[in-house]
Amino acid sequence: MSILINDDTKVVVQGITGETARFHTKQMIEYGTNIYAGVTPKKKGQSVEGVPVFNTVQEAVQNTGVNTSVIYVPAAFAADAILEAVEAELELVICITEHIPVQDMLMVKQYMKGKKTKLIGPNCPGVISPEVSKIGIMPGYIHKRGHIGVVSRSGTLTYEAVHQLSKFNLGQSTAVGIGGDSVTGLSFIDILDMFNEDEDTYAVMMIGEIGGTKEEEAAKWIKDHMKKPVVGFVSGKTAPEGKRMGHAGAIISGNTGTAEHKIQTMKAYGITMAEQPGMLGQTMVDVLNDYTLLEKCQR
Amino acid sequence: MKIHEHQAKELLLQYQIPIPHGYVAYTEKEVGNIVDQLAEDRVAVKAQIHAGGRGKAGGVVIAQNKKEAKEFAKNLLGKTLQTPQTGLEGQVVQRLLIEETCDIKKEYYLSMTIDRNREQVVVIASEAGGTSIEEMAKEHPDYIIQEVIDVSIGLMGFQARRMAFNLNLPDALIKPFINIMFNMYRLFYEKNCTTVEINPLVITSNDTLIALDAKMNFDDNALFKHSDIEALRDISFEDERELQASKHDLSYIALDGNIGCLVNGAGLAMATMDIIQYYGGNPANFLDVGGSATSEKVEEAFNIILSDAHVKGIFVNIFGGIMKCDVIAKGIVEATKKTGLSLPLVVRLEGTNAEDGEQILSSSGLNIIPAKSMDDGAEKIVSSLKGGTHE
Repeated sequence: MSILINDDTKVVVQGITGETARFHTKQMIEYGTNIYAGVTPKKKGQSVEGVPVFNTVQEAVQNTGVNTSVIYVPAAFAADAILEAVEAELELVICITEHIPVQDMLMVKQYMKGKKTKLIGPNCPGVISPEVSKIGIMPGYIHKRGHIGVVSRSGTLTYEAVHQLSKFNLGQSTAVGIGGDSVTGLSFIDILDMFNEDEDTYAVMMIGEIGGTKEEEAAKWIKDHMKKPVVGFVSGKTAPEGKRMGHAGAIISGNTGTAEHKIQTMKAYGITMAEQPGMLGQTMVDVLNDYTLLEKCQR
Repeated sequence: MKIHEHQAKELLLQYQIPIPHGYVAYTEKEVGNIVDQLAEDRVAVKAQIHAGGRGKAGGVVIAQNKKEAKEFAKNLLGKTLQTPQTGLEGQVVQRLLIEETCDIKKEYYLSMTIDRNREQVVVIASEAGGTSIEEMAKEHPDYIIQEVIDVSIGLMGFQARRMAFNLNLPDALIKPFINIMFNMYRLFYEKNCTTVEINPLVITSNDTLIALDAKMNFDDNALFKHSDIEALRDISFEDERELQASKHDLSYIALDGNIGCLVNGAGLAMATMDIIQYYGGNPANFLDVGGSATSEKVEEAFNIILSDAHVKGIFVNIFGGIMKCDVIAKGIVEATKKTGLSLPLVVRLEGTNAEDGEQILSSSGLNIIPAKSMDDGAEKIVSSLKGGTHE
């Protein structure tokens, strides 16, 4: 098994007629993802890569039975797209869009309280369960099916981590990019909890970055609840205070959000930290060896 | 995006929050005209820069008469102010706010900001205002009170009342204070602020509430909705290279090292800086060319990196993913030729068509050092700067 997405995942692409969405719809279909519908207002009746386009998410659900959405809608309209997917009671919404105003996201999070929908992102690469389903923008070919769960706030750094794991023949159960904004859907803890319960995941790689305190909270949670080894990395040791490092959420404010604090906290709670980003795969190998899990994970 | 104090105050006024009478001056002559027209002799002369801590750095002075005001203004205009928030290079004073003064009975702190843990807007207040929130938290933590605003409802009447009571405001000022809070939240919400801070909010000797100083910060991602706010941008307070980069959709931040970095993706870009430091080098910048870098973008990125005279070598770290490495390689070759680059250049290409990309680089006849991984690349660029061998 895997977490979040599997063979039963049926996807609607919101904003499917845009250039990026078209490209990635094709990539996702080629990877084997079940893309059943697309939504772009006023484009009903068109088709993209053979996928029928509807005006609303509700229509897409009624006509095709989709249960998961991926959003490529421009930032100004993306929060509304999330709300529409939540209202349609989809199980999972993955929002790729970057640069959504933070107040829009505050509203979205309020609206989602008590609703069944889970949100990944925004400003994320998406979710992939290798060789089963890929929803987002990540390159499929670097992934291998296997037993390492990957969770990260970043995009290309996640690819780097996956690539290093795959080179050691360490496949992934699911790789999740939770997004680089300051307000996002599911957090590290939500994903770690799922990996903890997933029979196919034997170990987890968690990649954080400067800004906020989510890594610290996750570290404590890991100490209290995690049954599986976790390897960690936090980027931004060299980042200056008060500057947004590309991601809206990657900013050190005063003494809060430094890489050093996150790394020390994670170490204190027993997480093995990769000393530098070229050592992500090797550190996982070492930890799996310690737990005599290496062979099992390379199978 | 940050704005100046006088601009923040104009916004407060638009939202019916009382501020002192004041005027902006860019030259000594303008200062003279303003001072001569003011009824009061005593005025505040306040340097307008994009950083706090001005008072202690001599950027805010009270002149007892018109002559003194003109002298202060003369000294301040064009002066470089260095505060704990400006960094060592400081900021140059280009405009002044000349303001009427008032007698202060009591100073309060009042701010609204986004609390990323609670995922709500939080109001923070204290009756020990006037100093920075950091100092207040250290010296009078028990005076700091908070209200959390549910953004789907907005500020609620009882919250504003409770805050007024908890601040021990005199009865006559409770209503005016509540009005200020509601207007302040309306401003925060309508203009997509990330911070609005009034510090101090004072009770004057006439028993009125007035915002004596104000700071605001706006969500860059929402500026497209607010041309009026965008118009307040003062680019002279922004890094020239960062501005240039943002014009080309590149995310660049200058650092103080000598190894230029060109990376795709923010997380990988930070990790690249970190790994350079791990191998004993010093990154000169953060630069994210974005997920869909074209060869034009790569060329522009080279130009920006090279405009920093401290740069002594460049490390390109691309995890192509869906982006094609041969396209990036062509961009690198073009950029190297056009800029006549003579510094050590280490390139790591991973992703779709990585081999084609390497082929393009090695057959270009240029002195480009290939790297097998980010580890390898970081080691090579650092050792090449130390005069070590590349291969």
